[in-house]
Amino acid sequence: MAKLDLLQGTLDLMVLQTLASMGPLHGYGIARRIEQVSGNEVMLNQGTIYAALVRLEQRGWIASSWGTSDNNRKAKFYTITAAGKRQLAADTRYWERLTGVMDRLFDMGKDTETGGA
Amino acid sequence: MSEIRRLLKRLRAFASKPSHDADLEAELAAHLELAIEDNMARGLSAVEARRVALVSLGGMEQAKDQHREARGLMKLDILLLDLKYALRTLGRDPGFTIVAVLILALAIGANVSVFSVVNTLLLRPLPFARAEQLVWIAPPPTKCGMSCATYSADAYDEFRMYSRSYQDVTGYFAFSSADNLSLNRGGVPIPATSIDVIANFFQVLGVHAAMGRTFTADDARDGAPPVVLLTNPWWKRQFAADPNIVGKAFDMNGKQTTVIGVLPASFDFGAVFAPGTKVDAITPLDLYGPPRDWGNIITFIGRLKAGVSLAQAQADAQAAAPHMCWNNKQPQSCGQYKDAVVPVPLKTYISGKLNRSLVLLWSAVGAILLIACVNLSNLLLARAAARSKEFAMRGALGASRMRIVRQLLTESLMLSGAGALVGLGLAFALITWLAHQGSIALPLLDTLRIDGAALGWTVLIAVFAAVFFGLVPGLRMAGNNVQEALKDSGPGSGHGRKHERVRAVLVVTEVALACVLLVGAGLLLRSFLKVLEVDLGFQPDRAAAVKMDYDDSAPTPLAGALKRTAIFQQVLSRVSAIPGVDAAGITDYLPLGQNRAWGTPYPKGVKPPEKAPAGPLVYVVTRGYLRAMGTRVVGRDFTWDDGPKSENVVIINQSYARFISSLAGWPNGAIGQTITSGGQDLRIIGVADDVHEESVEGQAGWQIYYSAAQQASSGAQLVLRTNLPPAVLSNSVMRTLRAINPKQPAAEFRPIQMLVEHANSPRRFFMMLVASFATLGLILAALGIYGVISYSVTRQTQEIGIRMALGAGMGQVQRQVLAGTLRLAIIGVALGAAASLFVSRMIASQLFATAPWDLETFVAMALGLLLVAAISGYIPAYRASRINPMTALRSN
Repeated sequence: MAKLDLLQGTLDLMVLQTLASMGPLHGYGIARRIEQVSGNEVMLNQGTIYAALVRLEQRGWIASSWGTSDNNRKAKFYTITAAGKRQLAADTRYWERLTGVMDRLFDMGKDTETGGA
Repeated sequence: MSEIRRLLKRLRAFASKPSHDADLEAELAAHLELAIEDNMARGLSAVEARRVALVSLGGMEQAKDQHREARGLMKLDILLLDLKYALRTLGRDPGFTIVAVLILALAIGANVSVFSVVNTLLLRPLPFARAEQLVWIAPPPTKCGMSCATYSADAYDEFRMYSRSYQDVTGYFAFSSADNLSLNRGGVPIPATSIDVIANFFQVLGVHAAMGRTFTADDARDGAPPVVLLTNPWWKRQFAADPNIVGKAFDMNGKQTTVIGVLPASFDFGAVFAPGTKVDAITPLDLYGPPRDWGNIITFIGRLKAGVSLAQAQADAQAAAPHMCWNNKQPQSCGQYKDAVVPVPLKTYISGKLNRSLVLLWSAVGAILLIACVNLSNLLLARAAARSKEFAMRGALGASRMRIVRQLLTESLMLSGAGALVGLGLAFALITWLAHQGSIALPLLDTLRIDGAALGWTVLIAVFAAVFFGLVPGLRMAGNNVQEALKDSGPGSGHGRKHERVRAVLVVTEVALACVLLVGAGLLLRSFLKVLEVDLGFQPDRAAAVKMDYDDSAPTPLAGALKRTAIFQQVLSRVSAIPGVDAAGITDYLPLGQNRAWGTPYPKGVKPPEKAPAGPLVYVVTRGYLRAMGTRVVGRDFTWDDGPKSENVVIINQSYARFISSLAGWPNGAIGQTITSGGQDLRIIGVADDVHEESVEGQAGWQIYYSAAQQASSGAQLVLRTNLPPAVLSNSVMRTLRAINPKQPAAEFRPIQMLVEHANSPRRFFMMLVASFATLGLILAALGIYGVISYSVTRQTQEIGIRMALGAGMGQVQRQVLAGTLRLAIIGVALGAAASLFVSRMIASQLFATAPWDLETFVAMALGLLLVAAISGYIPAYRASRINPMTALRSN
């Protein structure tokens, strides 16, 4: 099966959620984390992470600072801010509602399919 | 909220790009190292680990670009990049850049200048408050000059009383002559020109005094103390811009006259109502004094009430006309203005007749712009051909087609921007020069300036030009097949041929446009030459006039006439004695200037026709005047014996003589016959040539000359005919005049030729402009031809080399290149000539005694154009014939 293309805006949400659950991470760490969680199902050019990071940072939802990684490498670490957490909560609610609606829509399709059979 | 914050951050990021780039660089480097380490930990080799890391990153440069796009303002970044790149490429080829900018500067400069003229004369409202409400009220144009365009003082009062559409009506005295005011501040009196206006003149126009006040009704009262308003330039020039001038009194025309105000600099009577003349002072017209009985002397200007349409005003004027009397003391003169009171917008009166000329000018510069664009398209195509590999390479490296078109458009925008800047400078110089050409009889010329509208127009045509000349080469370039372009190493390939076809089409277009311009200019030039050839009825060269001051005040009209005659006789005998003076005479009005009519004298005992034509223009002259002007007379001239006590005599012109002779049935012509005017018998003693008194180009009307010894003249112009240049006589004549009359002002010595030139100045102005535009078009077309032919010769170097190696002579090669040139030129000229036939019909009304399909002009212009084409094709042809076959074959 082909990998999933990311919908517009979903990457930003994934980054926020990753930072909220994992604490401070560098760009590579975030990218790996998303790949692992998605079970390598997501088609992610790791490079696109950095565009998402700068977008989020400019909106004030995450903050960054240079630090040292576990294996002593200099890397830029990102943390979620209070505003970021609020945004994440709002986005999560939105996603849940949206997936709820989508689920019901698809269920309806299944009903007619069975009904027709 | 967060979006605004982001925008601000993006702006900041855009501004501090390098530091952000360094940060990103470090971050991505860290990313790569972390990934490689990870991969190696999973057991990959160092090389493989690095490759896999790069693959999952998805390309270093792409990651950076995405980041930059999210971070800053990528579009602006690209624009800056394009600009930098364009600057570099243009700077690398200064020859091309200079030629391109120059071509554009000339075209844009011409366009902006003409736009400013059109804007001033046609588009911008007149320099008065709510100028759209102002109307000029006059009869439809006729042959009898200002007398038929004016109304009497009685008619003025009645029109004001019976019309309903006007807030108010005003007017001015239409018969003031130049230098009618003599300012005496001790020493030689200073001549100046003043205009009498009705007291409400400035209220109606909405003009306020810059200092002091304008007139009130009281100033115009009969017997009121004399007052004057100074125009701004005169106040500055003559009174050194005295800030305390208001209230001071000066000796003007022998009367202590109080200055009550200074007019604003924006008010220029001459520019609006009498183009090409200057007015120094404004005085109130005494409507209830002697002018009451002077007949038609006032021009009407009205201000419509708010919401009144022109049609309503016209209907209203028509209804008021029957109530208007020429003179209330003559009841039969009431109603004579029927159908002769027609309001037209003041703007239409002032510049309406220039409409067509201006549209013509505008089209001419439009054609210039097109030619310039086509030329640049051609130049850019040649460059693009040379750069096709560069663009193919960029395309291969991943530049999108859009990106390449954008790059080319940036270049053309930069070129046209530079061209617009230089062109604006040219236009500024031209407009400033034009604004100071006071002698061109065009209205509002002194208000000419480069204003906001002109700047907007500049930007508009610069962008239009850039898109026009940049898009074709841009699209052609970007549309190229990458591989084909990389392979197409030059001569003989299909792609190059295609290019050449486009260029040939462009050159043909250019030649055709230049041809239309040239034919138009040629027709106008021919018209102008015909105008110069017009037999004016007088010989303007070697004649000059000077305004003469005299004092004929006397207790009775008879005594005045005797005194005047004596003065005139003395002046003429002394002036005639000056060496170099062939003839001298005095008149009150000069041709091509102001004029007046006194009604039509009819043969004695003949009933006037039902529909009476307008009367002849009246000139009160002395003996010698007609000879000094160079007007031939059959019969005899006046003599000093034709005095107040002898029989009244007149000289009339041929047209008028023909009219009354046929009316009265005189078999032997008019000489010796008697006509009557106002109960007075007039003996015709001579018939003079028809004089073009109103305009050089119009038909000559009727004229009647009275003897200055028998009729009161309004002022005196001393006219001299000399075999020396008139200016040489100036001093001795002025000395003589001053010896006779110490009050003689230092009046200007005006060659009669100047009057003619003044009358011809609008035609000369338009002709010169169109001719210079046509020349510009011709040069551009020649450049275009040269460019295309020399490009094609360069491209065919090898082919020509082979042909010469096979035995073709130099002459043969030259002939062939020339034939190619002429083929393009002939097609262009043929198309252009066909278009010209159409265009020239549209300018037919601008032509004088020249048919729009004037064969000589067409042939001359076509041959001229072909000759220029041949010359610009001959240079590359000559070069082609000098190709060394060996070198040509070896090169590539």
